[in-house]
Amino acid sequence: MNRTKKQDMTMLLVILFLISFGLITLYSTSAYNGQVKFHDSAYYFKKQLFAAILGSVLMGVISRMDYHVFEKFAVGGYLCSLALSTAVLFFGDSYNGSKRWLSIGPLSFQPSEFAKLAVILFLAHIVSGRKKKQTGIGTLIFVMILILPIVGLVGTNNLSTAIIILGIAVILVFVSNPRYLPFIWIGVTGVGFIAIFLSMEAYRLDRLKIWRNPEEYEKGYQTIQGLYAIGSGGLFGKGIGQSIQKLGFVPEAQNDMIFSIICEELGLVGACILILVFLLLIWRFMVVATHAPDLFGSLIVAGTMGHIAIQVMLNIAVVTNTIPNTGITLPFISYGGTSILFLMAEMGLALSVSRWQKESFRI
Amino acid sequence: MLRTKTYHKKKILVVFLGCAAVLFFLMGRLGYLMIFKSEYYSEKAQELHERERDIKAARGRIFDANGVLLADNETVCTISVIHNQIKEPEKVIEMLTKELELPEETVRKRVEKYSSIERIKTNVPKEVGDRIREYNYAGVKVDEDFKRYYPLGSLASKVLGFTGADNQGIIGLETVYDSVLQGQNGKILTLTDARGVELEDEGETRLEAIPGKDLYLSIDVNIQKYAEQAAYQVLEQKQADSVEIILMNPQNGEILAMVNAPEFDLNDPFTVEGSENMTSEELQDARNQMWRNGCINDTYEPGSTFKIITAAAGLEEGVVTPSDSFYCPGYKIVDDRRIRCHKIAGHGAESFVEATRNSCNPVFIEVGLRLGVDRFYDYFQQFGLLQKTGIDLPGEASTIMHKKENMGNVELATCAFGQSFQITPLQLITTVSSLINGGRRITPHFGVKIQTNDQTQTKILQYEDQGRILSESTSETLRYILEQVVDGGSGKNAYIEGYHIGGKTATSETLPRSANKYISSFLGFAPASDPQVIGLCVIHNPQGVYYGGTIAAPVMKDIFANIFPYLGIERDEIAEESSQH
Repeated sequence: MNRTKKQDMTMLLVILFLISFGLITLYSTSAYNGQVKFHDSAYYFKKQLFAAILGSVLMGVISRMDYHVFEKFAVGGYLCSLALSTAVLFFGDSYNGSKRWLSIGPLSFQPSEFAKLAVILFLAHIVSGRKKKQTGIGTLIFVMILILPIVGLVGTNNLSTAIIILGIAVILVFVSNPRYLPFIWIGVTGVGFIAIFLSMEAYRLDRLKIWRNPEEYEKGYQTIQGLYAIGSGGLFGKGIGQSIQKLGFVPEAQNDMIFSIICEELGLVGACILILVFLLLIWRFMVVATHAPDLFGSLIVAGTMGHIAIQVMLNIAVVTNTIPNTGITLPFISYGGTSILFLMAEMGLALSVSRWQKESFRI
Repeated sequence: MLRTKTYHKKKILVVFLGCAAVLFFLMGRLGYLMIFKSEYYSEKAQELHERERDIKAARGRIFDANGVLLADNETVCTISVIHNQIKEPEKVIEMLTKELELPEETVRKRVEKYSSIERIKTNVPKEVGDRIREYNYAGVKVDEDFKRYYPLGSLASKVLGFTGADNQGIIGLETVYDSVLQGQNGKILTLTDARGVELEDEGETRLEAIPGKDLYLSIDVNIQKYAEQAAYQVLEQKQADSVEIILMNPQNGEILAMVNAPEFDLNDPFTVEGSENMTSEELQDARNQMWRNGCINDTYEPGSTFKIITAAAGLEEGVVTPSDSFYCPGYKIVDDRRIRCHKIAGHGAESFVEATRNSCNPVFIEVGLRLGVDRFYDYFQQFGLLQKTGIDLPGEASTIMHKKENMGNVELATCAFGQSFQITPLQLITTVSSLINGGRRITPHFGVKIQTNDQTQTKILQYEDQGRILSESTSETLRYILEQVVDGGSGKNAYIEGYHIGGKTATSETLPRSANKYISSFLGFAPASDPQVIGLCVIHNPQGVYYGGTIAAPVMKDIFANIFPYLGIERDEIAEESSQH
């Protein structure tokens, strides 16, 4: 085990690029909504900028710390996220019909964003701490039972984030277990479970119908407007700032649907470059995870990779109407202060792990 | 502390490859949406973003011969509110109540009504519209439109006509030249945001409105004004029903003035006096009556002024010469009828010239009889009296004439001195013009030229002569005889020293004869040798003295005295000299 002192520069540059690109896109996308709702075109931008600066500082600090320090807080952090997620059920603020925010003075805070980071740390700690060789199905069930409370709590108000947390857990368990077969079974049961879950309530089935034929349903409005934006982009797009769909047609364009505006303004070429940049980041996560000096560090980065990958994939899949609509934000780019803050902290952790690379690596 | 095992690395690689596969699949999906479905979605998006708005085209203006504006457009505003854009309803209600001078409850009802757009008031003056715009209240819309405006009010009202709410001509020149005056509305295709608010930065597709073309008339406001003044004066003095005056250039048919007193206010054409107790039908009748242009819409028995035409036919056919002598015993027996002269005692022995000066009925009956029904009817037709004049005004009335096969000597005799048939005043003046101008049938008209709003294109309106109807020499003889009528004859009240004026008076009794209603008229032209202006004055139902020579001739004299210098018709230095041809 060697300490190389040098963090992964590619990863850092990609992160800084995404943050900057995200801020520019967010300003361009949210200016209209900010003007209409708050008579300040920079309303959303200012809040996001504040979170991004704070997040960058946080990332810088964490990336210079020894990530092993955080192992001590893994269990505490997880319990804390459980407590916060419970608190939000009772004291939370509603926005668009969902209770997701806790207000502390002038600041509001989304516990589910913190929960993602807490779960990554907690599972990395639990899985790497188990002495036995983890070949059995036991670990799998044990881990699932451990995170079920947080999935349940978060899922009450925010199904999408619960799915992400579940996804992160599955990826971490998958990485930690040498076998493949059980995971195929998990996949199959998962699909079956989703099918039962969907058929249980009529409105979820409606969601499927809307997905198939968004133009025929009133609730397909957001999806259709997203598709109009994407289709309007063509190969090279209308140019930065030239989107018309962001002017109230795509509802809250700065949130989940921001990728459709990117498509409209930058075209297929720009959108594909952005996806490739995300892939580049995921690739760096993989490299750092596989070079990590110990399983704890490796699993932290693997969890982070899973987190980013799941969100990017689901977000783009929703925006392109590849899967039914569910609210998932695009990391670094969609509006959301809490999200940016914890995302940057997570990046700080990954960067910190990248400082402790092994000299040589062969698969 | 556990170390990372190989299988961990493998599994991380598997996760990465899985993610990469999904992301590449999504890129493929994007490619499908943005290349193959791009046209479909972008078209739909464009439809969603575009709003179409009309740009109203200004109607062409109307000018007189000197370029004086007769019909113009003023900008008026339509004030409306868009319910879901209103932020401060109370302030909006208060402001609109104050500015539009409407009752508060009316405004409140409209502002609070839930509709996409609610019109508060139309035809609001531009200054008020501008003031309302300056308040800058959300949800209040001020749209500009054009409204026809006639700067000279009632001047030549029945000639110019006016337009309706849709900016379309209703009567007069506004109707005839509607297609010229109408502009082409433009269109603005703008992009809007989701609330329907236009995007200022986005280029708008603009199809500019093309303003209507301007129309230039032969009417001269100075002459028209003076003629109107004279008409109103005699209307009042004689308490007549109406007075019509036409002044025209007999050489080319350009009408210099056409008066139908009483005129009406073009800027308020729907208001009729005493309309309170009228049913809607009666009101419409009263309006139509008010808008009627007697010069062309109504026919009358011309009476003695028609003797000009009988004389022309007789002279042309050679059945009479100016020096032929006649004897008037005060009547003439035609078949079994005894037709009286207006002078019961009779004019005695007289030449044809003297008979014309005296307006002697028996002599003209004799000329008519010499022509016979066939030849008289042929001339009637040849002179153009059976067809319309073709003036550029709507609703010209047709001549009411006996059928040729029903015409006996009695009908012929009455026709010869202008009774038992009806023509319009315009038909009379047009036919006489054509007889005295050398014999060319002219087309009376107002429109002279049409010009685009930016004055880059001009179209001179052409009116072809309708051909020769009389020989030059007969025309000359006729002018000489008619000058004698004014120079000491029955038309002497139109005589102005130093000018050579030809003319003829008329006094006709309207039907039924028992009503004792008369129409007095005078037709005059000058200079007699080369007529530059011809005028006709028709007074309907004058009270008291009703002889044309007594009441209509002075009116024309007054007008002539004032417009001759203006028209450049020169006065003789030696007043006594009369023109001998």
